[in-house]
Amino acid sequence: MKLHELTIKEAHGLLKQKEISSRELTCALLDRIEIVDEKVNAYITVAKDMAIKQAELADQAISDGKITYLTGIPLGVKDLICTKGLRTTCASRMLENFVPFYDAFVVKKLQEQGAVILGKINMDEFAMGSSTENSAFKTTCNPWDLASIPGGSSGGSAAAVAADLCLGSLGSDTGGSIRQPASHCGVVGMKPTYGRVSRFGLVAFASSLDQIGPFAKDVFDCAALMHGIAGYDSMDSTSVSKEIPSYTSFCTNGLKNITVGVPREYFNLSGVDPEVLASVNRAIKTIEDLGAACVEVSMPHFEPAVAAYYVIATAEASSNLARYDGVKYGFRDESRGDLVQMYKSTRSRGFGDEVKRRIFLGTYVLSSGYYDAYYKKASQVRRLIMGDFSKAFEKCDAIVIPTAPTGAFELGGIQDPLQMYLQDIYTISPNLAGLPALSVPSGFDQNSMPLGIQFIGPQREEIRVLNFGHQFEKKMKFSSQIPENFGEINV
Amino acid sequence: MKISHDEVIHVAGLARLEIDKKALDKFAMQMGAVLEYMDILNSVDTTGVEPAYHAAHLSNAFRSDIKAGHAGRDDVLLNAPEKEDGAFVVPKVL
Repeated sequence: MKLHELTIKEAHGLLKQKEISSRELTCALLDRIEIVDEKVNAYITVAKDMAIKQAELADQAISDGKITYLTGIPLGVKDLICTKGLRTTCASRMLENFVPFYDAFVVKKLQEQGAVILGKINMDEFAMGSSTENSAFKTTCNPWDLASIPGGSSGGSAAAVAADLCLGSLGSDTGGSIRQPASHCGVVGMKPTYGRVSRFGLVAFASSLDQIGPFAKDVFDCAALMHGIAGYDSMDSTSVSKEIPSYTSFCTNGLKNITVGVPREYFNLSGVDPEVLASVNRAIKTIEDLGAACVEVSMPHFEPAVAAYYVIATAEASSNLARYDGVKYGFRDESRGDLVQMYKSTRSRGFGDEVKRRIFLGTYVLSSGYYDAYYKKASQVRRLIMGDFSKAFEKCDAIVIPTAPTGAFELGGIQDPLQMYLQDIYTISPNLAGLPALSVPSGFDQNSMPLGIQFIGPQREEIRVLNFGHQFEKKMKFSSQIPENFGEINV
Repeated sequence: MKISHDEVIHVAGLARLEIDKKALDKFAMQMGAVLEYMDILNSVDTTGVEPAYHAAHLSNAFRSDIKAGHAGRDDVLLNAPEKEDGAFVVPKVL
């Protein structure tokens, strides 16, 4: 038995039976990171000593009979979620030496349940990107093909799960940053309903869109992680106080009496790989075989959604990132002049190109004379998109669409910012409408790279989309496939 | 082009950013292309549509008016690039 290959469910069973200890499991993962992560580059910081200490505490808790589902389970955390005493960089020079003095709500929750945090994971700088190439520190590779991108912005979180460098991980999703890399790396990833998971301690990108969510090897593990991180938090004023159902209680009767909505507009796009469409059409057939009825629904505003998203997200980002001024924390360049010069040179040297582009765009669309034409207009389109979903959910229980327009592309394959933004075409609408959405592996493209399918549900219906994903996965068994191309490094 | 060099410099100044002169052309072109793409928004009829600034159906979140803990001064100053006598230090303003 290779410990790193275990699912959370399997590891939990072995820990509970005391057949393995968390220390053994944690050390096996740390050993593997040491060898394999040289190729994958998923981790920015490996917290070896801290992880072993947490594992020993977990073993103590287990021997005291206090075991939860996540006790002793080694996980990775995207490096924009604050961890007390552990460097949190956002993959930016700006925060290269930033050590938070508090834990994010989700980190606190994981620790209360005895989970082990192996380290902090690479990403696009400040979560801005779709390929993880915008990290200031390293380029994460796709475990299925080391010359390809892992997706982004949570590319490291997806790659770490795919390469068995943790049993599960946390990422964040503002416009697809969990689902798109999950699709590219052949793992399961979920963006919860806006407000379901507290954003306290999540470094802000676009506050009305950001959500923390899990990556896992299968839907059951994803549900278990969701259960571990969801819940009301008074420190996040947008936190939802509704009760959390048991996410792992899946239906046992397939998808009978369930209706799936298929928005045809999403299938008639130029630039979408025909393999992606073929894979989704096969998936829809499978869903019908499982007993669900498929109906056509309409999403008339899905094309302007990308533009609306990039207006709203950059506007919010320009405001959120104003805090990096070289005074309170982070990088400061004081080579020149007065206070304003210090701000300018700090921000110009501390931020990477894509972050500067987005701050610029956000400042532009909010600036005097342009506010109504861009920000207000985009917010009106956002209302229309929310309305499209509401109408669709009158006819169906969940919507199914591809996760990304293509499989993972080669590192450096997209240089033009606008082309990169269009990678998010399938993922941004659920963020604009605050809906839960799950990406599950659905097959492979002609280059043998993984593809994903996305299930979207009404607000707070995570359990519904998880059930969909679980039934689909049980039938298709793509989630259990793992990359084999590590060759000799696949220890 | 959708956006001139002067406009780029003006907006960058509002954002407290400096755009490298050598990169100005490329930057203006990239931003111009994105802003042009955003014109697709004008094809949508939004007459009478209330803007949605949020997807959550929330009203204000209030807490009870009771004393609660807060971060200590040393903690807050922990990551400051420059500090002195319990305060942040900035370049001379006056």
